[in-house]
Amino acid sequence: MAVNYNAKEEADGHPSGVGAPGGAGKSRKPDNTAFKQQRLPAWQPILTAGTVLPAFFIIGLIFIPIGIGIFVTSNNIREYEIDYTGTDSSSPCNKCLNVSWNSTPPCTCTINFTLDQPFETNVFMYYGLSNFYQNHRRYVKSRDDSQLNGDNSSLLHPSKECEPYSTSENKPIAPCGAIANSMFNDTLELFRIDNETRIPITLNKKGIAWWTDKNVKFRNPSGNTNNLTALFQGTTKPVNWPKPVYMLDSEADNNGFINEDFIVWMRTAALPTFRKLYRLIERKNNLQPTLQAGKYSLDITYNYPVHSFDGRKRMILSTISWMGGKNPFLGIAYITVGSICFFLGVVLLVIHHKYGNRNTSADIPN
Amino acid sequence: MPLSGFKFGKKKLKEEERHLQANNRDFNLEFEYANNSIKTSKYNFFTFLPLNLFEQFQRIANAYFLFLLILQLIPQVSSLSWFTTVVPLVLVLTVSGVKDAIDDFNRHKSDNHVNNRPVQVLINGRLKDDKWMNIQVGDIIKLENNNFVTADLLLLSSSEPHSLTYIETAELDGETNLKVKQALTVTAELGENLQKLTDFNGEVKCEAPNNKLDKFTGTLILRGEKFALDNEKMLLRGCTIRNTEWCFGLVIYAGPDTKLMQNCGKTAFKRTSIDRLMNVLVLVIFAFLALMCFILAIGNGIWEHDKGYYFQVYLPWATGVNSAAYSGFLMFWSYVIILNTVVPISLYVSVEIIRLGNSFYIDWDRKMYYPLNDTPAQARTTTLNEELGQIKYIFSDKTGTLTQNIMAFNKCSINGKSYGDVYDVAGQRTEITEHTEKVDFSYNQLADPKFVFYDHSLVEAVKLDDAATHGFFRLLSLCHTVMPEEKKEGNLVYQAQSPDEGALVTAARNFGFVFRARTPETITVVEMGETKVYELLAILDFNNVRKRMSVIVRSPEGDLTLYCKGADTIVYELLESSCGPLKEETMEHLNEFAGEGLRTLVVAYKNLQEDYFQEWQKRHHEASTALDGREEKLSELYEEIEKDLMLLGATAIEDKLQDGVPQTIETLTKAHIKIWVLTGDKQETAVNIGYSCNLLHDDMKDVFIIEGNTSEEVLDELRTARKKMNPDSFLDSDEIIKFENPSTKSRILPEEQANGVYGLVINGHSLAYALEGNLELELVRTACMCKVVICCRVTPLQKAQVVELVKKYKKAVTLAIGDGANDVSMIKTAHIGVGISGQEGMQAVLSSDFSFAQFRYLQRLLLVHGRWSYIRMCKFLRYFFYKNFAFTLVHFWYGFFSGFSAQTVYDQWFITLYNLVYTSLPVLGMSLFDQDVDDRWSMQFPHLYEPGQQNRYFNKIEFVKCVLHGTYSSLILFFIPYGAMYDTVRSDGKAIADYQSFALMAQTCLLIVVSVQIGLDTAYWTAVNQFFIWGSLSLYFAIIFTMYSDGMYLIFTASFPFIGTARNTLSQPNVWLAIFLSIILCVLPVVGGRFLKAQLIPTVSDKVLRKIRAAKKRPPPPLPKTRLRRTSTRRSGYAFSHQHGFGALIMSGRNMRPKLPFTTTGTFSPNSEKNRHK
Repeated sequence: MAVNYNAKEEADGHPSGVGAPGGAGKSRKPDNTAFKQQRLPAWQPILTAGTVLPAFFIIGLIFIPIGIGIFVTSNNIREYEIDYTGTDSSSPCNKCLNVSWNSTPPCTCTINFTLDQPFETNVFMYYGLSNFYQNHRRYVKSRDDSQLNGDNSSLLHPSKECEPYSTSENKPIAPCGAIANSMFNDTLELFRIDNETRIPITLNKKGIAWWTDKNVKFRNPSGNTNNLTALFQGTTKPVNWPKPVYMLDSEADNNGFINEDFIVWMRTAALPTFRKLYRLIERKNNLQPTLQAGKYSLDITYNYPVHSFDGRKRMILSTISWMGGKNPFLGIAYITVGSICFFLGVVLLVIHHKYGNRNTSADIPN
Repeated sequence: MPLSGFKFGKKKLKEEERHLQANNRDFNLEFEYANNSIKTSKYNFFTFLPLNLFEQFQRIANAYFLFLLILQLIPQVSSLSWFTTVVPLVLVLTVSGVKDAIDDFNRHKSDNHVNNRPVQVLINGRLKDDKWMNIQVGDIIKLENNNFVTADLLLLSSSEPHSLTYIETAELDGETNLKVKQALTVTAELGENLQKLTDFNGEVKCEAPNNKLDKFTGTLILRGEKFALDNEKMLLRGCTIRNTEWCFGLVIYAGPDTKLMQNCGKTAFKRTSIDRLMNVLVLVIFAFLALMCFILAIGNGIWEHDKGYYFQVYLPWATGVNSAAYSGFLMFWSYVIILNTVVPISLYVSVEIIRLGNSFYIDWDRKMYYPLNDTPAQARTTTLNEELGQIKYIFSDKTGTLTQNIMAFNKCSINGKSYGDVYDVAGQRTEITEHTEKVDFSYNQLADPKFVFYDHSLVEAVKLDDAATHGFFRLLSLCHTVMPEEKKEGNLVYQAQSPDEGALVTAARNFGFVFRARTPETITVVEMGETKVYELLAILDFNNVRKRMSVIVRSPEGDLTLYCKGADTIVYELLESSCGPLKEETMEHLNEFAGEGLRTLVVAYKNLQEDYFQEWQKRHHEASTALDGREEKLSELYEEIEKDLMLLGATAIEDKLQDGVPQTIETLTKAHIKIWVLTGDKQETAVNIGYSCNLLHDDMKDVFIIEGNTSEEVLDELRTARKKMNPDSFLDSDEIIKFENPSTKSRILPEEQANGVYGLVINGHSLAYALEGNLELELVRTACMCKVVICCRVTPLQKAQVVELVKKYKKAVTLAIGDGANDVSMIKTAHIGVGISGQEGMQAVLSSDFSFAQFRYLQRLLLVHGRWSYIRMCKFLRYFFYKNFAFTLVHFWYGFFSGFSAQTVYDQWFITLYNLVYTSLPVLGMSLFDQDVDDRWSMQFPHLYEPGQQNRYFNKIEFVKCVLHGTYSSLILFFIPYGAMYDTVRSDGKAIADYQSFALMAQTCLLIVVSVQIGLDTAYWTAVNQFFIWGSLSLYFAIIFTMYSDGMYLIFTASFPFIGTARNTLSQPNVWLAIFLSIILCVLPVVGGRFLKAQLIPTVSDKVLRKIRAAKKRPPPPLPKTRLRRTSTRRSGYAFSHQHGFGALIMSGRNMRPKLPFTTTGTFSPNSEKNRHK
């Protein structure tokens, strides 16, 4: 009820004792502070030719070299990629195309390839998936972080978010949820073919996950025993998995929830096309490149079906640089933006010279 | 609002007639009349929470968020955690709730203050002290001098003769002169006899409570006899008792039923044009939101059908979802939740905060503080600030607003000699300044110390016993209806009915002709120290037709003289032919006075023959007792005797303008604000003031005067005027037919340009015709082409109608400024009402949105505060919409890459905190401190005001620009991180293209980009701005590093899943390279565009900025004010400003006490004193 009546003013608003400034009571004169009088000291930048034009040129001049640097760096990265999905009937993996989870014996296939140039530094082996929506909202939230963090009550009572993968045969699933359930489980092995002999290349499976993930975010359940089987007592394996989580690896510090392959998978990708670190190939000595040029063969234990939803699977070998993996985008973008800036700078300069002075002298009505 | 509904719902029937009996509470209680307690508060302790929440959820934004909250509780739809909505909503509700609580607490306090005032009430034969709120209808209460009237009372008796009671009604109608109320004789007999008063059992039947201040009808039934009651017997709440020792009254209406409270009514809730635009925009945004969600829902349907269906091996459909279409339907709502930030709830809170802040600046402004009566400016409505920057029309009252309503005796012409100017040694007329030597009146002990005069020659003339001069001042001291009051000897106070008369009598007093006392038959004057008692034989009173008044007195020497003063045109007709040469000289002086905007009067006298007068007096007595045609007979008699007068001279009274009025009007005119003066004064006076305050000037091509007496004449005059101003605009009699149909009511007329500067003066009666349906269009078209419009003799209602007219036909923001109760209607009607907190009471201020003490502060209010508020609000809105579109649309783009699954791009905490924490302070800082040029330059270049009037800084086009800008930024903000992340890895080969890193990168990009953008928008970087912007950025990093830390994760595992993302991602060079690239891409086009715009099509403010930059200093302080003097000649047709004289009252002696001249009781109103102070 907007009543425009202020009873107090009826009483006090009456012009009382007029003409007595500084009389009884304190004056209502506002304080003379810079804040109240809106006189705060201030810096008042405005866009002038003197600041804008140099800015364009400087940005142009900075961006172009950076862009070239990035581009060259990116181009120097060695990268080799094999699509082993097997959709092509000529592909050796074509026979495994319609494989299902848990098929025994597992379908295996071998792809031979040749590296034309040696990979000098450490090589990183990735698996890549395409058309795989790891960023789907329902997929992303289908996990229980408390359970993965080793919380014993969550282990036995997985969060509702994991539905429909929270229980199986009336037992709680560990790890629960769609992400864990769909864990990538192809096995990739790499051999160098040297005069018809297959020399296996050592693939390091540790050190592929973030340190924080491995040491803080993921923890096995705690208990009196170190025996993982006992700790996971009362839970069951995810539906799609052939083995329970405590049998992912033989080594104790890479088993259970802290299995690095598992951790890497659980870090869901932002885009439907992604690659995930699979193995490390460390450079052994300074005399030989990590992977010398030559023939290689990739043995695949094909467990992971992607054909039903048009997914693709890739194996990628890559070296890296200070700015990560191969990505020409940034370099090209920097060069382009730098050039455009420079060009715009020139255009603005011309415009400024032609029209800018015309207006400065224009009169302002006073 | 809902509360009033409850209240009135309780009342069983609408009251049709009020029936009450004095001293009979039991009888009166039957009717359940309201008692005298008032309640303006809305809540009490227990109802606050439910009622306040109920009210708050009536606001669209809050209801919308409640709806979102409910949506989020549906598991299939919920795409965000509950806290993303709850936290902002709770915050918003709390802030508004606290504000409402404080407001209501203050109302409670003031209610209590008023309700607990003491009053004496007659109960069981004894006077008892009680509180106001306990007074019931039918009680008899006693009021004493200077008391506020407690309720609407029927006056029963008073201490004064004839039970007269003087009241001041300033609170009620703004008039400062005293009014007289008189009780019925039958009740006056009660006196102060408590026993009689207790036994008084009169019954009153009267009309139901209403808001008509000047009307009351009822009957008093006493001992079977009926007595008519009217307004003359009523004392209304809000008045103050003056000059009356005590009085008794019977309570008729109490509390909320009083006329004062009934008049306060509900105020129409004013909204600014930006508010209205914002409402439209919010609807547009809703539509836009629905469209986006629809697109995404369709996308989801298709995706689920094409891909999601097959992807079920890894991600089964949610329970209950069995078709792609249903999934799409659910996704529509999920996206409504996610994209809700395009309609940001914090917008409304921020807007309120900004307006409040800018209102405080008005309250705090020392340059709008008036030291003389200790009045700072006040923003009474805190929600209209930015509209102050868009005013196109100002409607101003004259008296008390443009003028001070103080009349100063400024000049005079006596016997052909002009006095009042000051000449220097060389004989040149000089300007009167503060340093000019004032005339010393110390020789006269009865002189009024406040009276100021500069011309010494007049004192010399008086001292030299110049007969004409003495005659002149003797006339001034005798011919008037002023009442003197002398509480202490020598301390004379005059109570004049019009300030002009007061000024004249005071002048005579200072020059040695002191009007000291009067009785019905005599006037005592101290003439040059010698007391003389004149016999007052007749007062020939003033009225609007006669435009003069005369008195007939007999001097102690026995001479009979008629003294007359009046309007020059009238009195000149009555002069004796022998005055010829003097007439001409005086006429010259009159022209000169009038040219300076002074109000002139001509004074004359006539010696009467004893026998003629005796005979005349006899006829006069007969005429005044005649039963029919009394008025005509009297005026015939007056005319008969008022002829062949001898001219004495002329007086010139300055209707003092408020300080700085001409300068202010000049500045406002330069800002292309059209000023209309709406005054109750006569045309001549109004035109004169128009010239003296620079509204009208001789450079104008023409000043049209509309004074037709029929609607045809008015139409004709209006059309002739318009034809002259712009012949092209005249389309033969087209509109008049078309617009007779009132249904086509709100047509916005286009601006029409006149071919020069014109003024328009329109008279009250013509205005009445012009405001009639079919002529109003003509009036608006003609009047709006003129630069200045003066409406004379308008009633308060007409004032409101004129404002309404412009509001209706012009897309313009109007401001009304006034100081009196007669301005209230117009103040309430206009978009913005400004009250002058001057001497005419508080009514105007109480209903105004802004108030200050002087008209000249208006230019600061508009050109500085209004302009800044407008600029700030527009900048704020532009930025706010931009930042939210940039923020929200990223989700839209991400939809195409995440299966339209309503996946958010950012961390949920970021979404929660974005508007509330990360970006709120910088934009608030800008909206509270920004100024393009400082206050002096703003006043120096009134042209800077124009963009506001033309609504240029925020309108639909600007909004579309913001949306496009936001869309562009969102594209950059999504695709640069996308490109940079695509298939890439960290410098140690580990993952970086994961969802969490991508989210972090996108949100960091976004935050830095919007921070840089606010930096670009900020024109005035104070330390606070720096602190807010840098602080917000630092806070962001501090918060993400905290939230993504190990500790937080281990404590609240489920809430902070982003552990480690900050340190793993922000350590990567390519992330920073991508961030940097996004910033440049988002910001450079803006910089380039603004630079180009300033180069190619510079606005006024661009030019001014450049000029200031060149000058690099503050403008010089304004030049000292010079008195504007016009050389042109104007004819002043001034007469008295009052309607009808006190003459009859004086002659009847009704208002006199028996023991004059020195009375001891009662203090006379300090009003006349007050007026002269300023």
